[in-house]
Amino acid sequence: MDVIDRLSRIAAGSRLDELRAHRPAAREQAQATYDALFSPINAGAMSRLERHAVAAFVAALFDVPAAEQHYARLLADADPAIAAAVTEAVELGRGAGPYGSFGGELVAESQAGPELILTPPLADALGVRLTAALQHTHMLALHPRDSARERLQPLVDAGWSADGIVTLSQLVSFLAFQVRVVAGLTVLAAEGSL
Amino acid sequence: MPTLTPHTEVQSPPRFTQETLGWVPWVEPLDELDLTERHYEGLVQRPRAKNPYFRLLARDPEVLGARTKTDLDIFYNTADGLGRAERELGAAVASRSNGCVYCASVHSAFATHFSKRGEDVQRLLDEGVATDLGDEAWNAVRDAVVALTATPVRFGAEHVAALRASGLDDVAVLDVINSGAFFNWANRLMLSLGEPTLS
Repeated sequence: MDVIDRLSRIAAGSRLDELRAHRPAAREQAQATYDALFSPINAGAMSRLERHAVAAFVAALFDVPAAEQHYARLLADADPAIAAAVTEAVELGRGAGPYGSFGGELVAESQAGPELILTPPLADALGVRLTAALQHTHMLALHPRDSARERLQPLVDAGWSADGIVTLSQLVSFLAFQVRVVAGLTVLAAEGSL
Repeated sequence: MPTLTPHTEVQSPPRFTQETLGWVPWVEPLDELDLTERHYEGLVQRPRAKNPYFRLLARDPEVLGARTKTDLDIFYNTADGLGRAERELGAAVASRSNGCVYCASVHSAFATHFSKRGEDVQRLLDEGVATDLGDEAWNAVRDAVVALTATPVRFGAEHVAALRASGLDDVAVLDVINSGAFFNWANRLMLSLGEPTLS
């Protein structure tokens, strides 16, 4: 049983277990992605603590309870002080997405929405790298179409390398996938228990 | 080497399109000459080394490799389940909803290729995800993927019921979930690491 099974409450030998077996590589490689992100060969570009902090933050923003609890627990085990700061950041950042601005002929489709603003004490508690990372993560989670070249500059200024930016983007984007698979499978699993 | 690519003027596509677009990275991809076997393993298919998007993602080769294999099984494992056209429709709907013009161009064109329903696909691009896609199955796939793409996720039993009522079996419903969820991954990479350009 992999992480998606656990978070979706899929038991070995159940109908959902059998259903997931129809896409064996997708199942195995989703777990391999999780392993590569959270048990990396080399965490030089993004520390393990940074990975757990960003994961806890974005899973909470996506608001899929089983995933939110899983990543909150991993972070709390790694660093309770950072976990407390991330919990505060989540309260500042919660919102409904996707929103954001369009250009060109699509400008009428633009939907305004909040930016994450971290208070100075919270930014101090998180440190410069995680402050920049959580701000970027908030955009990527809730208003990804606001992405712009200049929005990468704060990450660079906070010391994020090209490798680190790629891993950060993959981590947030993978979580966007993983929590949605969990949400979908949870609906299917509940149906089977009726 | 600087982290970000030098600023270049691009011709941004003014609307969603099925035409072929280019994509320009904001973060420096690896140089093809610097790729090692570890990177090629991450690329999975060697010709992908020519593509700057994949050479950028190759900065984390283990994640790229696992991501690529996840992608291939979700979209190309056609032993059973959802048709290729409907999987690509799921990808296009997620992309339209998140606002990824580049991803939408690639996957709307694939949806048209496999379905021969270019006008229905074009209506999705022109009018957005609320438009009528022409039949019950496509509208059910659309509703499911839009609900799955929303934050908080709104996907529920009513979406599964509508997918089943339109004729999909359990494996096909899983494929809808997987293809919609996967583009919530892909859209965020393409949107945040570079931009589309008219080619």
